[in-house]
Parts: sequence; structure tokens; C-alpha cells
Amino acid sequence: MELDTRILRREEQTIYRLRQLYERRGYSPFKMSKFEEYDLYGRSKDFLVSERMITFTDQRGVLMALKPDVTLSIIKSTREQAPGPRKVYYNETVYRWGKGDEGFQEIMQTGLECIGQLDLYHIYEVIALAVESLASIRQDYILDLSHAGLVGGFLEAAGIPDKDLPRVMEAVREKNRTELGRYCQETGRSGTVSALLEKLITTYGPMEQALQDLAPLCVGGKKTREAWEELSSIQALLKANGLGDKVFLDFSVEGDMDYYSGIVFRGFLKGLPRGVLSGGQYDKLMERMGKHCGAMGFALYLNELERLDPVQTDFDVDLLLRYDDATDLTALTRTLAEQTAAGKQVLVRRDPTGVRARETMDLRGGEEA
Amino acid sequence: MRPLFDSGTSADGFLNVALPKGRLGERVYAMLAQAGFPCPELLDPKRKLIFENPEAKVRYFWVKPSDVPAYVERGAADVGVAGKDILLEYAPSVYELLDLEIGKCRMCVAALEGFRDNPDQKLRVATEFPNIAQSYYSSQSRDIDVVRLHGSIEIAPILGMTDVIVDIVETGTTLKENGLTPIETIVDISARLIANKVSYQFKYEAIQTLFQGLQEQVAAKEAAQ
Repeated sequence: MELDTRILRREEQTIYRLRQLYERRGYSPFKMSKFEEYDLYGRSKDFLVSERMITFTDQRGVLMALKPDVTLSIIKSTREQAPGPRKVYYNETVYRWGKGDEGFQEIMQTGLECIGQLDLYHIYEVIALAVESLASIRQDYILDLSHAGLVGGFLEAAGIPDKDLPRVMEAVREKNRTELGRYCQETGRSGTVSALLEKLITTYGPMEQALQDLAPLCVGGKKTREAWEELSSIQALLKANGLGDKVFLDFSVEGDMDYYSGIVFRGFLKGLPRGVLSGGQYDKLMERMGKHCGAMGFALYLNELERLDPVQTDFDVDLLLRYDDATDLTALTRTLAEQTAAGKQVLVRRDPTGVRARETMDLRGGEEA
Repeated sequence: MRPLFDSGTSADGFLNVALPKGRLGERVYAMLAQAGFPCPELLDPKRKLIFENPEAKVRYFWVKPSDVPAYVERGAADVGVAGKDILLEYAPSVYELLDLEIGKCRMCVAALEGFRDNPDQKLRVATEFPNIAQSYYSSQSRDIDVVRLHGSIEIAPILGMTDVIVDIVETGTTLKENGLTPIETIVDISARLIANKVSYQFKYEAIQTLFQGLQEQVAAKEAAQ
């Protein structure tokens, strides 16, 4: 029997489409166990979306956790000496504590990681794949990009001490100009410094224009200039490949600066209330895990996709086949085979109670009605 | 009945606005109407919950003030107005675009007049805002026992159930009438314009127009003062 792809749910179709996309770019599948030693996560708790995990002690007495993340396992299994970069993709279920009263949630996640000595091409490749992943689900998407180096450079130029970073970064993440203004006023920052920091909130829009607007502010510091140049090169490559239209610059994209070193990004699909894709370059996390190379990747949260264009069906099945003791079962099974071969969804039942069928065929008493 | 639109979709191009029921919501609506998003039907006293103005492409709905962040975070509303107290308590993942400088009050710790804190004992705190209370006292490394109540908080210390309360104080009259007095201010509160993070991307122009219209009014009011 040939597979009728109409039967696949949107997230299932997406999984197959993304698998095809990633394999065609030379990424190989990564498969992992449901459990990992808790210690792996315990050391990098801040990197995880939520610190709470489902844990248990195994027969060796080792504390295990139901995996809340895939990236850390991929890093752990990466050998630095191997010729690289290592390119893998995965499709795994992770277990995370939801917000507020949501409790633990099972989240279907697909994503990829590129680990090794990364150059500009590899950074472009990961971002391009993020764009193509979103586009493969729906055309109304936006990928927002930020750069930890550029944000860090602005904060350094503004002379923000480490103790104030959480407050300032929270204001940037929330696009909260009021709070940023109050911080500048309370700490006696000059008008120039306030304006520079406000740029972290007001910069928003297609990359080409946004980068042009920022150019005069990015010539001073080495860190800022390099980040700006990297973003410009990526923008030029995306544009040359027809992928740049829906890639925006937005510094509110969250990325813990203890882990992320370069570009960070978040993807949105029109019709879903939350971002569905997040990723970035996490060299600092690699360093913290004792690996001396670069790494970049992203994850797509497939659970969210079921809310996209929800289909409300008026019928449970296309056809209800009714029968009773007098029905000739050979005739019944033959009719069933004919109707399913015609592509119909058929339910065979004596009692039709509670079934909403598009049409009903009554084979009771040996007669077709 | 099918939903008017699927949360977060609102593909009809309307800007969906969640307003907090009550006097604050009415003041907010006046500002939004002046910012170019009027909906005269809203002031009609009929018991409707959702109001539209197809010309201005705006749709308003009245919701319980503490529910505004949920509607915005989940995309049923693109923007909304909520008090800073509600935002601190529920910490929704939304953009906080503007302080509207209305509905001003303070989140305070209050106690019976003459109360003295004994640091040797766990402090018993009655409040409608357990997260705010927890985070305030944990920043002071003070161990507390939170009693979550849903109104008439002032009674708790009078009956000896708790030592203090953490609550919103506007004028302080209710506290005074009950023999309580504010002893510490935790944070100043006012109404904030919040936006859904995805709506901000896909309805950027409409949200910017609304933001600028409101920002001008806030600036004009500040200048007048």
C-alpha cells in the first residue's frame, strides 16, 4: 500500500521535510537515549530552559535525568581531534518543566548542531538552514538575529558594570525603554550613553537597513566592529541566495551571554503566539565543557505546530459501513476493500451511535441500502 | 460556536487589544482612542465583551486585570495594558513597551502600628502577590512564610494570622482605617503597555502607531507637569 501523505499530521510532515533538508546538506542523524547522567546537566543548568528535571537513581546508584536537552549530549559525544566540523541533526523528545502551573511537559524537538572550527561559511550555513526550516513550514515567518559580541561591545562602550548587566539586559529583552531610561537616570549616564543603550531596544527591522543605521556606532571598538562585519557578511550571503527578506535584526533575542559568543537567533511563524525556533553560536558553552572548538546550532519546537491552521473536521470518518448477523461477510469485506482503495476512511460497525460519518452504507440483512 | 479567530492568528488584520476591566481600563481606552484606535461601541453599556471598529481595524475586549498578561502572552490579544504588579507577579514572556504613567500606586509591606520585626523568627506574610513577596524577601535573605489570600488582606495581621502584609497601597486610607501602616516600599506600580512577541513582528506598523500615539500623550502630560 502506498503511503498517503495526507494522513500525516503537520508536525509529522515537518519532521520528514526537515530530515530531507538536513540530510541533503550532509548532516547525519544523531540518536540518543531517553536518559543521561544528571551530572551532565547539573554543570550547565543556566544553559537549560528550565532547571527542574525528572530524576531517578539507576541500579548503579547513579542519579539519572530524563533528558531536558539534546545539545549537551551532542557536545559530550564530540571528539575534538576528529576532522570536522561535525554536522548532526536530531529529532528527539525532551522533558522540561513548563511555566507557572504547567508542570512537566514532553516536547518534540528537531534541530541540528555544527561543531568544530567554524568559519563564516558554517555560520551562514546554520542560519540559512534555520531560514529554510521556517520557510518549509510556512511562508509567513521571521527570523530575528542578534549578536552577543555586538551587544557586549555596546554594553562595554556604555561602561555598564557587571553587577548591572542583568537589569540592563532584562530591559533590552523586554524592549522596556522606560526601565532603561530610569537606569540611566539613576546611575547618572550621559545623554550619549543613554542613546547608545536605547539603540539596543529601538533597532528592529530587515537586516540590511538596520545594519546601515548602526554602522556609525560600530566603528569604534574592535568587538563591535567585528560583530557588525560578521552580520554584514551573513546578510550579503543571505541576500545573494534569496533568503534575506525575512531576516531581521533585533537585540531582544534572548541568549545567555555566559554561553553564547556570536550570533543568536529566534524564529517566529505567523499564527503561533510563541517563537518556534531558537539557536546561536555557543563557543563559550563548549569552553565550559572543556572542548576547544566552536559550535552553532538551533532547535525547532514541533509541539507548537499543531496549533497552526487547526483543522476542525465535521466528520469522524468518510464512510460508515453498518452490518448485522444477516450480513454476508464476504460482501462486507469486499465493499470495505473497494471503498478504502478509493481513498476513503471507513469505519465498520454494527451500532452507529456517536459516529459522525460523511455517508453511511447499510449492509444489514444482506442488502445494500 | 467556533472561535472568532485562533489565538495568535488574528489573520483578519485587526489589532486585538486586551483592556483591564474597571476605571483604569476606561482611562486606558481614552488614551488608545486618542492614539488613533477609537471604538465608540465600547462605551455602550450593553453587556458585550468584545467590541470592534472595522474602520480603525481594532478589536477590544474587557478582561479581568490579572488575566491581561495571559491573553497577550498566548496571542489572543496582540497588545494589552496591565499593572506592573501583575507583570512582576506572573512574569509573562511579553514586551513591556511603555509606562503609561497612570494607575500609579506602590507595592508595600504594611504592619500594625508599632510592629517590630523579630529576625529570629520566620516572618509571616499575607499577600495576593506571593512571587513578589518571595523575591523581595529572598533578596534580603529573610525567611518567610507566605499566606496567599484573595482580598481583605488587612484582616490577616489584625487577627494575628500574619505579621505583615504585602499589598498595593494607593492612598493608604484603607490601611489607616484598619490600624495598619506602610513600613517599606517594594516597588512603584503603574500601568504598562505590553505586546505579544510574535504580534510585534507581524503587526509591527500597527503596534508602532499605537505606541507612538501613547508615547506622545505620556510625554505631553509629563511636560505639562
